[in-house]
Amino acid sequence: MGAGHSHPLYVHAHSPTHRLAPEVKVTATVAFVSAVAVTPREAIWAFAVHAACVATAAAVSHIGPGFVLRRLLVVGPFIAFALLIPFVGSGDRIDVLGVAVSREGLWGAWNVIAKAALGATASILLAATTEVPRILTGMTRLRVPAVLTAIASFMVRYLEIIAGELGRMRTAMAARGYAPRWLWQARPVAISAGALFIRSYERGERVHAAMLARGYTGTMPEIGVPRASGLQWWTAGLLPVVAWTAAVTALVAPA
Amino acid sequence: MTAAGRTMRTATDGGARASAPAVEVSGLRFRYPDGHEALAGLDLRVERGQRVALLGPNGAGKTTLALHLNGISVADAGTVRIGHLVVAEPHLAEVRRRVGLVFQDADDQLFMPTVAEDVAFGPANLGLRGAELDARVDEALAAVGADGLRSRTPHHLSGGERRRAALATVLAMRPDVLVLDEPTSGLDPAGRRELVDVLGGLPITQVVITPDLPFALELCPRSVIIDGGRVVADAATPDLLADDDVLRRHRLELPFGFDPRAVARQD
Repeated sequence: MGAGHSHPLYVHAHSPTHRLAPEVKVTATVAFVSAVAVTPREAIWAFAVHAACVATAAAVSHIGPGFVLRRLLVVGPFIAFALLIPFVGSGDRIDVLGVAVSREGLWGAWNVIAKAALGATASILLAATTEVPRILTGMTRLRVPAVLTAIASFMVRYLEIIAGELGRMRTAMAARGYAPRWLWQARPVAISAGALFIRSYERGERVHAAMLARGYTGTMPEIGVPRASGLQWWTAGLLPVVAWTAAVTALVAPA
Repeated sequence: MTAAGRTMRTATDGGARASAPAVEVSGLRFRYPDGHEALAGLDLRVERGQRVALLGPNGAGKTTLALHLNGISVADAGTVRIGHLVVAEPHLAEVRRRVGLVFQDADDQLFMPTVAEDVAFGPANLGLRGAELDARVDEALAAVGADGLRSRTPHHLSGGERRRAALATVLAMRPDVLVLDEPTSGLDPAGRRELVDVLGGLPITQVVITPDLPFALELCPRSVIIDGGRVVADAATPDLLADDDVLRRHRLELPFGFDPRAVARQD
């Protein structure tokens, strides 16, 4: 658990974005990402508008470019794949730095890279300004089925519990001189994975019993998170509206 | 602290008939799926306002009993009554409000992002919202002297703070009966002292599972020894702890140099 400032994706700060109600931020993120998704790849100016939107959001949230760029590494594999497209793509070829590449492939690569980077940045900003339990509260308020949010919240909880148990087991192994270097030294790791599963399962049972003991009936009560005001909806809606305007303009009036 | 405790008492007194004991367990049997019989026909009666220590070796069935007191585990045979309510559907929700269970590992009990939200979890499940909910949280935190922990993350608290926060999460439901599972485990002597002060100041029925015999002596006038899933001894705590034979037979051990008779004489 240890939600709050111990979560690696969350940045503890008191920016205007941090103060927004979670449902507003979830909606704004989804709206922005879908605007990016439908933007035609040739409308480079529209992507510039989208980039300006995330840059503004990051600045308002007090999130530095270094933080975002380090976490953007997660889309690395997609970008690596996208970089191959110009070389294997078909159609007419153009020369870039003396290498003949597919024109269609270049556009394809640009499309994947730009959209993946913008979408991932928006998600990173959401996660950096909203703790995971809050995101789940937001989803519940947006009428996401309670079963789904309950599963997600348990997953989050169990994941952090397991990470904690794993950390302690690794410490205990290291304290007794275990320093694996080669694959054939991994046997204790495999064995401990089984033990870890049992321990996590039993911990999960105890947490659930503790929740039942305090009247838990399957839905998390909403506490401590103020609901969104009209003003919050308008403020947070601003950037997605700009992004959608750019996307729609690019769609109906191709440059 | 005591003032807050007193308001809790008056708030809960209306619910139960004065004649019914706080807890009445009769003929309770429970077998785990692996075949181990944890409770073998256990009988126990706890009067209202009484503080009782449950002593016994590891695996005697103490924690299993605790889980039956608010219906988390369901017995194979026998009954548990809280006041005049039988622990079973349709009134499990009311039973769980009346019986506050404080788990052995506070990390199992604290799962919300902040202490205040965790304390609010129980009363919010009871349907409280807004100012009423805030008042409950304030009252419970004050009762354990944990006002300052309100916005802290549970996982960054010390052992003693965590224990008091866990206690507050249960007190926020204004229980009639408090069931504590090894409340002193992992506490340093100062944390243990604070806990004795807090529990001693709460005027509600308490069932305290503990292997810590001096703690039992200090807090509970009456002690019950459970072994093999049954009550095997039930007496005033000073008398029970002075009976070397009974203690040895049930793998209970006083700390080195501790003489319960000397402590009793001081009082």
